[in-house]
Amino acid sequence: MKKSPGMNSSLNAARPDFALIAAWVKPGSKVLDLGCGDGSLIRFLRDSRGSRGYGVEIDDANVLACFNNGVNVIQSDLESGLQSFESGSFDYVVLSQTLQAVKNTENIIKEMLRVSKEGIVSFPNFGYWKNRLQVLSGHMPVSEALPYQWFDTPNIHNCTLGDFEEFCGQHGARILERRVMSGNHQITFMPNLLGMLAFYRFEQQK
Amino acid sequence: MLMQDSNSFSTVTPQVARFDTPLHLKSGAVLDSYELVYETYGELNAGRSNAVLVCHALSGNHHLAGLYDDNPKSAGWWNNMIGPGKSIDTQKFFVIGVNNLGGCHGSTGPASIDVRTGKCYGPNFPVVTVEDWIQTQVRLADYLGIDQFAAVAGGSLGGMQALQWTLDFPERVRHALVIAAAAKLTAQNIAFNDVARQAIITDPDFHGGDYYSHGVIPRRGLRLARMLGHITYLSDDSMAAKFGRELRNGALAFGYDVEFEIESYLRYQGDKFASQFDANTYLLMTKALDYFDPAFPHNNDLSAAFRFAKANFLVLSFTTDWRFSPERSRAIVRALLDNELNVSYAEITSSHGHDSFLMEDRHYHRLVRAYMDNVVV
Repeated sequence: MKKSPGMNSSLNAARPDFALIAAWVKPGSKVLDLGCGDGSLIRFLRDSRGSRGYGVEIDDANVLACFNNGVNVIQSDLESGLQSFESGSFDYVVLSQTLQAVKNTENIIKEMLRVSKEGIVSFPNFGYWKNRLQVLSGHMPVSEALPYQWFDTPNIHNCTLGDFEEFCGQHGARILERRVMSGNHQITFMPNLLGMLAFYRFEQQK
Repeated sequence: MLMQDSNSFSTVTPQVARFDTPLHLKSGAVLDSYELVYETYGELNAGRSNAVLVCHALSGNHHLAGLYDDNPKSAGWWNNMIGPGKSIDTQKFFVIGVNNLGGCHGSTGPASIDVRTGKCYGPNFPVVTVEDWIQTQVRLADYLGIDQFAAVAGGSLGGMQALQWTLDFPERVRHALVIAAAAKLTAQNIAFNDVARQAIITDPDFHGGDYYSHGVIPRRGLRLARMLGHITYLSDDSMAAKFGRELRNGALAFGYDVEFEIESYLRYQGDKFASQFDANTYLLMTKALDYFDPAFPHNNDLSAAFRFAKANFLVLSFTTDWRFSPERSRAIVRALLDNELNVSYAEITSSHGHDSFLMEDRHYHRLVRAYMDNVVV
């Protein structure tokens, strides 16, 4: 079923993570969305920020959904890098809730910093108190942000806010901004414990 | 289902457009006048904004879709793609198919009569290039009153024409559908083409290309050329799946007649083709393929070639296509991205090799439909 444009944008507006990313994106900029799914974020950024966007996606059904959404999508495997994209050719590269599912994490961050001035990453915070509680009770966490069972999860590289910040330091990424969310609420107090989703904006360390 | 033949046109009729303004070809040769045979499907809208030009590949022609005289065997070569309710929907678009100059299905070509001599052009028909075809297609667009195509689409050599359109007439094409194509042939591809040409040219019945006046055709050469080409259009896997090592008569015959099913199939395809296609046209078409290289005038920088392109692009490739591999399509995509053009690219999983672009495939046809649905007319 093809979504009507109107239906789609109202759906997008309801996603707080999209609104948060959009707030970081300067109007009229060029954005690359890695693992772009059905292209909703690119479409949202196009409609709300006037961005020119491209998505990268490997899954056939998602590529088709991007076509239906009228979003530029390049079907390719993130794991093999971003060879199709010239160095420094984007203002922002977004990796929205995909970091934890990428095999070669170091390479993807390196590639993001290569093709773009700034990177934006969001991921479920493994240090969220509910996750910690489940681990304490003897089970792998299953939650809103981590909806899979241990045996079928695509999330092979879960991390906490602390882990990611350390990783950035070690890999030449300078963090420019951080937002931490729990549902629709922004978390500023003890974010590594109380935050469900983490958002970072970073650039190449100069 | 939408893909059934009930959604085909019952009957279509080819038309002929004649052009008397001299055509200056890339080779330097000039054609004083020529004819193009074409077919149209659907209705041109009042704003003349819904025209789609579909360019054909090596052995294709203007007959894209529909039937002649309700004969089910006469379905057009892209009948599974084009028609009412199909991926390129003729209820929305006015679709045009044209037989390229130099062709052998009605447009002026080597087998046509040269009015200056009263004989067939034969070997005197000039070598034509993709750029030359675009010039003729522009004249056809003018003739039909179309200032700008909603889309130009094609597979293989047809995809090359779609690319060339966006370079030569950026204002006259809004979308280009470039399917199973390449921005230039590889050495291996040129090599295959040359073996095909040598098969034709060395046939004793070729007579330097003037076989018409000898009342013969270089059937053996053309047959070999087609057999070779056909192998390269399929994949190893699809041949294995379709034919394997099946024997026609169940046992080895220890001779040189047809034994394996694949031999039977290829010989049949070769014979069929040799009785329908003109050998000189085959030579011309392979040369047009070999010469296509839009990056060449730009120091082999394909990105520079697309600097003035404006169209939106759909680029599609097929996983098992080794004649025009996905890597060739990705090179096109890179050049388009370098120029910040709108482009979508999908790599379609298919076992049918280069021929995949002609095959019925649910995902492939859905992608084209989704793309065409978003083309504003």
